[in-house]
Amino acid sequence: MAELNLTAVDKIYQSRGKPPVHAVRSVDMAIGDGEIVGLLGSSGCGKTSTLRMIAGFEDVSRGEIRLGSRVLNELAPAERGVAMAFEGYALYPPLTVRDNVGFALLRARTPKAEIERRVAEIASLLEIGDILDRYPPTISAGQQQRTSLARALIRRADLSLLDEPMSQLEPQLRAILRARIKDFLIEHKMTTVFVTHDQTEALALADRIAVMEGGVLQQFAAPADLKERPANLFVASFIGEPPMNIMAGEIAGQEIVIRTVQGEKAFTLPAQAGDRPGEIRVGIRPHRVRVGEGPLKGQVVSNQWLGDQTHLGIEVEGVLLVAVTDGTLNIGIGEAVPVALPGDALHLFDAASGAALRHGEVSAA
Amino acid sequence: MDRSNPVTKILRGLALLAIGLFFLFPLFWVALMSFQTNEQILRIPPSIVFEPTLSNYWALISGRLVSTAGVLEIKFMGNLWNSVFLSTTSVALALILGVPAAYAFARFRFRLSEDIAFTLLSFRFAPPLLVLLPLSLYFQDIGLTDTYVGLIWVYQLIALPLILWIVRGYFEDISPDIEHAYRIDGHSWWKTFTKIALPLARPGIAAAALLSFIFCWNNFIFALILASAGKQPVTVGALAFVTASGIQYGQIAAAVILSILPTLLLALYAQRYLVEGLSLGAVKG
Repeated sequence: MAELNLTAVDKIYQSRGKPPVHAVRSVDMAIGDGEIVGLLGSSGCGKTSTLRMIAGFEDVSRGEIRLGSRVLNELAPAERGVAMAFEGYALYPPLTVRDNVGFALLRARTPKAEIERRVAEIASLLEIGDILDRYPPTISAGQQQRTSLARALIRRADLSLLDEPMSQLEPQLRAILRARIKDFLIEHKMTTVFVTHDQTEALALADRIAVMEGGVLQQFAAPADLKERPANLFVASFIGEPPMNIMAGEIAGQEIVIRTVQGEKAFTLPAQAGDRPGEIRVGIRPHRVRVGEGPLKGQVVSNQWLGDQTHLGIEVEGVLLVAVTDGTLNIGIGEAVPVALPGDALHLFDAASGAALRHGEVSAA
Repeated sequence: MDRSNPVTKILRGLALLAIGLFFLFPLFWVALMSFQTNEQILRIPPSIVFEPTLSNYWALISGRLVSTAGVLEIKFMGNLWNSVFLSTTSVALALILGVPAAYAFARFRFRLSEDIAFTLLSFRFAPPLLVLLPLSLYFQDIGLTDTYVGLIWVYQLIALPLILWIVRGYFEDISPDIEHAYRIDGHSWWKTFTKIALPLARPGIAAAALLSFIFCWNNFIFALILASAGKQPVTVGALAFVTASGIQYGQIAAAVILSILPTLLLALYAQRYLVEGLSLGAVKG
């Protein structure tokens, strides 16, 4: 168990005849001892490259990776004291599941009884006890993935790297295993970095989440902060389902003027004293849009009931917003509803840079 | 296709039989010839009823060819040994050079990697006669003419590209993550290569080795030009049976049978490694 520090880490892929690909750009991350960190982003955002640099399968183009007191950059993977679960499982085909899981312990000359005990423990945790004597080619993708995960977790290494650890599991099993794995990681104080594109998984498993896009670390924060205080427009629209409503607008004097897609004035919201005049983007999460009361006039354009909540598409004075309400709402398409956008739910972003200006500090006027 | 239709079934059976006869009959006939004397072979009409004789094989093994024109010394067993030695060492050398090279081409992108791989493949494009004249001149200059080393070196033109390209494909099919997993479990690069990459590519290596062995074994022109009788393999040695007093069909047939045997046995032996590849094929890439 140790802390992991990435300092100004860059990854540039050079290939002949093609322009170099800058996959990771100056990433700084300080991960505490025993902390569980999720790298979240869409495909090609640099999260897997980052993970592979930490593991030692990719050279670090610039910057430094440090685990505890050791600089990892020039160390071979074998010397790093890192365990990894691969997205493609990478099980040893000629070995049984049991031998695959216990492989690293065997190499570390762990006593046989101890290996057996730990294999049994991790097998019951990940529900692979019944397939321990089978061979990898004969088990399902989900079982292979859990075997791969078991092989990484059993080592209790200084640092565990998990690449899309639960992508092949059925949703129900995934929810159960998420909780169990988290307990296991906490119990053994295992510093863990996992890569995922599934934000539910990231939110549920991670102490802190690093959101990446275009090779740049957009924000590295606790799940609640990502939701409540997104650092920029990308994080704001990436985190949350359905995504945050983003409206174009401008601060003019005492009010925020919201415009339609065509650029015409739609409605105004009260501005705060510190707001500087200028072009902005205004965001509000769908579940914070209040339906049924308020000063704005909306018209329902879609109404989807999803079992425990209702997603409404509402056109508010020419601006299309998505609202989420609990339970069923009996509003037909085309009906008029009053809508309120509470001031404490608004997020303001700079239009040019996308950086956050403020997060709903002011109460509704 | 309608599998239950008996007419199609019979037709397919007949077609297979015809193909089988077409390809195997000459071999069968040669096998019969090898147990006959020249007179029996040349009688008209030919008959498959005859009194078998081992005289052809005996002549080959003892190295004394008795014909109407007298006794001729032949070195067929020496040729056979040359074939075995040249093919085996050539393939062994090509494996030592080619397998690590194939791994490098499969796993690493380095400057000129594709060009080097393609150049090696291009050795197979050129007709051997094209390179033979300059090669024989060079060989005379540096004293490699009529040496095993020279022949083994030239045989790399045959064996190396085959091994390189077949084995490279197999390495590319193995997920590099298996090697990564092994390395991160605390093993060196070399151990990963020998314990993970080589065993997983074994069916490919076996297939490539077998193919290049057969190609080396069947080579005729390199040995004909670059070596003299003492170093020549069976393919060239069989020319000795075309004598002043006629063509010794019986001995040629026996020589053919004897020279097929090693490759046939090798193919039968290597078969289980080729099949093994199927059971390991379930590695997700």
